[in-house]
Amino acid sequence: MMDAGRHPNITLLTYSEVEEVSGYVGNFTVRIRKRARSVKEDLCTGCGTCEEKCPKKVTDEVFEVGLGKRKAIYRPFAQAIPNIPAIDRESCLFFTKGRCKLCEKVCPTGAIDYTQEDENLEVQVGNIILATGYDVFDARRISAYGYGRYPNVFTSLEVERMLSGAGPTSGRILLRDGEGEPKSVAIIHCVGSRDENYHPYCSKVCCMYSLKLAHLVHGKTGARVYQCYIDMRSGGKAYEEFYKRLQEEGVVFINGRPSEILAEDGKLAVYVEDRALGRQMRLLVDMVILSVGLEPRHDAHEVARMFGISTDADGWFKEKHPKLDPVATMTEGVFIAGCAQGPKDIPDSVAQGAAAAARVLTIIQQGEVEVEAATAVVDEMMCVGCGLCIQTCPYTAIEYLEERKVAHVVEVLCKGCGTCAGACPSKAIALRHFTDRQLISEMMGAIYAMRTELRNTQYATRGA
Amino acid sequence: MSEQVYEPKIIGFLCNWCSYAGADLAGVSRLEYPPSLKIIRVPCSGRVSPELVIRAFREGADGVMVLGCHIGDCHYATGNHRTARRMPVLRALLEFTGVEPERFLVKWVSSSEGELFAQTVQEFTERLREMPPLETYLTADV
Repeated sequence: MMDAGRHPNITLLTYSEVEEVSGYVGNFTVRIRKRARSVKEDLCTGCGTCEEKCPKKVTDEVFEVGLGKRKAIYRPFAQAIPNIPAIDRESCLFFTKGRCKLCEKVCPTGAIDYTQEDENLEVQVGNIILATGYDVFDARRISAYGYGRYPNVFTSLEVERMLSGAGPTSGRILLRDGEGEPKSVAIIHCVGSRDENYHPYCSKVCCMYSLKLAHLVHGKTGARVYQCYIDMRSGGKAYEEFYKRLQEEGVVFINGRPSEILAEDGKLAVYVEDRALGRQMRLLVDMVILSVGLEPRHDAHEVARMFGISTDADGWFKEKHPKLDPVATMTEGVFIAGCAQGPKDIPDSVAQGAAAAARVLTIIQQGEVEVEAATAVVDEMMCVGCGLCIQTCPYTAIEYLEERKVAHVVEVLCKGCGTCAGACPSKAIALRHFTDRQLISEMMGAIYAMRTELRNTQYATRGA
Repeated sequence: MSEQVYEPKIIGFLCNWCSYAGADLAGVSRLEYPPSLKIIRVPCSGRVSPELVIRAFREGADGVMVLGCHIGDCHYATGNHRTARRMPVLRALLEFTGVEPERFLVKWVSSSEGELFAQTVQEFTERLREMPPLETYLTADV
């Protein structure tokens, strides 16, 4: 991250949002709204004095998942790049009550600027890589597990924060009801994943992070740890060995998905059937960790539409080909990487990111792009300029030529789907290699063949 | 003389990315389906204009099917949305002109649904066998 921040050819636009994308490969125009940080980026040295002195504390719902606090002027997390804080205007005392201005007083370089406004940028780029990541499944949706109702039911991310030495509990695993450390912990796999009611797919990373949490929680507290899993999916380099190691460490593996969690005898009772033993079990534990799955970003659909790519049935960005072209999309010049394309772990995300960068470099090096051969073409003599094709085109590849009053296909953008040709009422637009004439000839040939076949079989039956 | 089974003539417009691949899968998996279908490959079910379907009937097809990707799975993002909107209108028109709407099938078949493809062809053929050949209407003296 640091390297990317320092690189002379890389401009980082954090705290910004893409609002509009137009153009095509080699020639994209992207409009970006750079939100006001209320801190001048060129003056800020990232010393952190403002953050230290700010009197307003807010619960950090993002990085600390509600367990810890941050200030009203803050960096999202300690290692954030660029190392420049932003003022959260909704909680800042100056913006809400009109007084304080302490950060301005303590800032040694005078970088605080309360009057800063959102900035609109327009950048010209040749290629785009989308690596927008994922959202975490909201465990509240499965009410049988009682997250949000029982204090000692945690999500994996919360435990992850607690395990961090710089986290809200300084690295200690503590129960939420103030009873200290747990003596027994149940980790439930596949929360929100592999479940027809929520997400049918496997989130891929949960098995391994659950094992990691089991290892760390067991190591830190000496607690007895149960793992309730459907299938242990420890595929990957050295992963199976880690699973073996956990078995030797004494973690109890229960092959079954818990049906519900109830508060009983002052503890949490996890009801689960162990498929290996064929027995109904009731685990009494102090703490339950829900290994929540991954889901597409809440705005993945809108983002996909903005960049002219599609999403699959689950909502992940769709790649050009699942095996042979997993980083490209159907839109030339737009690439995808990481969990935006589907659940994957860090090594896979890094590999895909590198692959996407390499694909972009290839295009830049070549200096020219190959376009689809089977594109649509307008017969200007026939076109009445009704604009129906413009509405139907999924790629906005058709434009209206005002001076000639006809439609025009931008060949670089056209992917050759032919939806326009199916829509044109005056048959003025044709898809090359799939023209009406060609399709009708093929059809007539087919029907003729079927007739002949039929006649032959009839003769054959008559002869018999 | 053995009993004659009427074999309907079916023209199928299959989208290249889902249904055509699904038909391919049906073949690779050695699933059986009636030989009454002749497939016309189109890039997207959105390419199929209503005129093509009408032409197929006019040229002597007893049934026409348009198969595309499931909604949301379209290789071209929204091509099949157009099919989904266009084809019901065409169906109503066919009915108006006296072609039974049962002769026209629009269905979503993905590339992994070889079995569904075979089953679809099987059922459609059986449905058409129940009806007389369309040509008897077309060539009848009016």
